[in-house]
Amino acid sequence: MTFLQVRGLVSGYDRSTVLNAVDLDLDSGATLGLLGRNGAGKSTLVLTLAGLVSPTSGSVTVGGVELAGKRPDQIARAGVALVPQGRRVWATLTVGEHLTLAAGRRTGTWTVDGILDLLPRLRERRRQYAGQLSGGEQQMLAVARALLTNPRLVLLDEPSDGLAPAIVEQIGAVITTMRAEGVAVLLVEQDLHLAFACADEIAVMEKGALVHRVPTPQFRRDPETAGRLLGVS
Amino acid sequence: MTAVASPAVPGGTAARPPRLTCGRGALISVVVLVVLAAAPLFLAPFATTTLTRVLVFALFAVSLDLLVGVTGLPSLGHAGYLGAGAYAAGWVSINVTAEAPVPLLVGAAVGALAAALTGWVTVRSAGVFFLMLTLAIGETLQQVADSWESVTGGANGLTGVPLVRLAGTPLANVGYTYWYVLAVGALGFALVAVLVRSPWGAALRGIRDNEPRMRALGYPTSLYKYVVFVVAGGVAGIAGSLLVAQQRLVTPADLGFLTSSFALLAVVIGGAGSLWGACLGAALVIVIRDALGPSLDGHGTLVLGVVFVLVVYLLPRGAAGLRPRRRRENA
Repeated sequence: MTFLQVRGLVSGYDRSTVLNAVDLDLDSGATLGLLGRNGAGKSTLVLTLAGLVSPTSGSVTVGGVELAGKRPDQIARAGVALVPQGRRVWATLTVGEHLTLAAGRRTGTWTVDGILDLLPRLRERRRQYAGQLSGGEQQMLAVARALLTNPRLVLLDEPSDGLAPAIVEQIGAVITTMRAEGVAVLLVEQDLHLAFACADEIAVMEKGALVHRVPTPQFRRDPETAGRLLGVS
Repeated sequence: MTAVASPAVPGGTAARPPRLTCGRGALISVVVLVVLAAAPLFLAPFATTTLTRVLVFALFAVSLDLLVGVTGLPSLGHAGYLGAGAYAAGWVSINVTAEAPVPLLVGAAVGALAAALTGWVTVRSAGVFFLMLTLAIGETLQQVADSWESVTGGANGLTGVPLVRLAGTPLANVGYTYWYVLAVGALGFALVAVLVRSPWGAALRGIRDNEPRMRALGYPTSLYKYVVFVVAGGVAGIAGSLLVAQQRLVTPADLGFLTSSFALLAVVIGGAGSLWGACLGAALVIVIRDALGPSLDGHGTLVLGVVFVLVVYLLPRGAAGLRPRRRRENA
C-alpha cells in the first residue's frame, strides 16, 4: 500500500528552484535509498517533506492526508520524522532530556526503554549533555529522537556521514528494525554500502528530479548505469 | 556491509530510573536560604533594605532569564510587566486590601495578563525584531503609566501604598518586610527552577538551541514561546508586587527601559540560562547602583558599564561560567 505519495513537487530557496516536479511513491515497511551527486536536491526533498522548506507547488500525501505546505510540527504529528544531516542534537540538553522530549505524551511501539535496549550506548550516556557525545553517539541519539515520535515515515539524511563503520552497521540494524515494524524509510545516502544493505529499492536524483528507480539487486547488477548517474565505478 | 547484530525489539524493559535531585545543589540552596533568613538579625536597617531590593530584583532577573537565557528571547521591555504588577498591587492595596496574598496575586495576574495581551504578536518575531518590539511595548506601558494619572498618579507615581498586612498585622518593620519578600521570592525562584528542569523547560531550551528542529519533532514552538512569555510576565508581576511592598511607591521609571536594561545586565553578568547566576547578577547591579552609587557621586551606572564590558570579555558565560563544567562520564 502506497503510504507516501509525492506528485509534481516543486521546491527551493528564495528564487532558486531546486526540486523540479518530483514524483515519488513509498510503501509502508519499505526502504528507498535515495542517491545522487552533491546538489542533486536530495536534502531539499527531505527538508521539503519534513516541512522545513516550503514547497512552491505539488502534492505530498502521507497515509492519504495532504501535508504539502503544512507546518513542520503538523507534519511531525502526522507521523513523519526527520533524522537531519549533521545530527543537529541539542548540545545543552542531556541524552535523557532528548528522549523525554521526543517521546512526549505519545504512545506507540517505540518507547524510551525499547530505544535504550536497541541502542545501549545511549543508556550509558543518559545523563550527559548531547554536546559531549561522539559523532556516532550523536547520530544514535538523532535516530532515537526520531523513532520516539513513533513515526510512520522516517526521513534519514545521510546518517552515515563521517561515522566509523561499526556505527554505520548499528544504524543499518536500526533501519532494518524500523522496516520490520512497518515504518516507511527514505534513506538519503552517499555511502553505497549502507544504502545497498538497507534499501529495497534505489532511486537516483539528478538536477532536482528522480531520474532512475529500480530494485536494489538490479541496481547493483548494473554498474554502468550507477557509474553514469553517480560518477562512481 | 557485514552482518549486523540482531537488534532488540522496541518496547523493551529495564530502564535506569532518571536522576532525581542533585543533593549538593539542594544543600547549597538550604544554606543560602538560612543565611539570607538570618541576615536581618545582623544587618543595619539600610543594609536590610538594600538586601530586600536585591531579592526583588533577583526575582525579576530570574523571570527575565526564563525568556533570555532559557528560551533565547532577549527582551528589552520586561520591566513593563514588573511595573504593571507593581501598579496593580499598589492600587489594590490602596483601594481594596493590603492583606497578603491579595496584592501578590493581583500583581501576578496583571503581569501575566499584560504579557498575554502583548506576547501573541511579540513571540512571532525573532532576533532584533523581538528586541525592538519588546522595547516598544515597554516604552508604551511606561507612557500609559505616565499619562493615566487618575489610576497611576502620573509622573509623581502611585504614592501612599499601605504596608502589606499578614493575618491582619501590618509588616511595619524592615525585617518583617524582608522576610516576606524572601519567602515569596524563594517560592518564585523555586517555581521557575522546577519549570526549567521539567520536560517543558527542556523544550524551551530546545527552542533556544534549534527551534526548527523542535518544530520538526512536533512541537508548536510559537505556543511554547507564548506560554513562557506569559509565565515570565506573571513572575515579573510578582516581583512588582514585592517592589511595591518594599518601597510603597511605584513610578513610571520602574517600567522604563533603564530598569529592563539593568535586568538584562544582571542576566548577562550572572550567565544567561543560570537562575543562580541571574540572582548574583541582580545583587551586583543593585549593590553598585543603590549602595555604592551614592558614594561614587552617582557614577554607579558607569561602574556597571565597566563591569559589563569586563564580563563580556573575560567571562563570556557570565558568573555561572566560573563553575566547573560537568565532566564526561564513562568516557
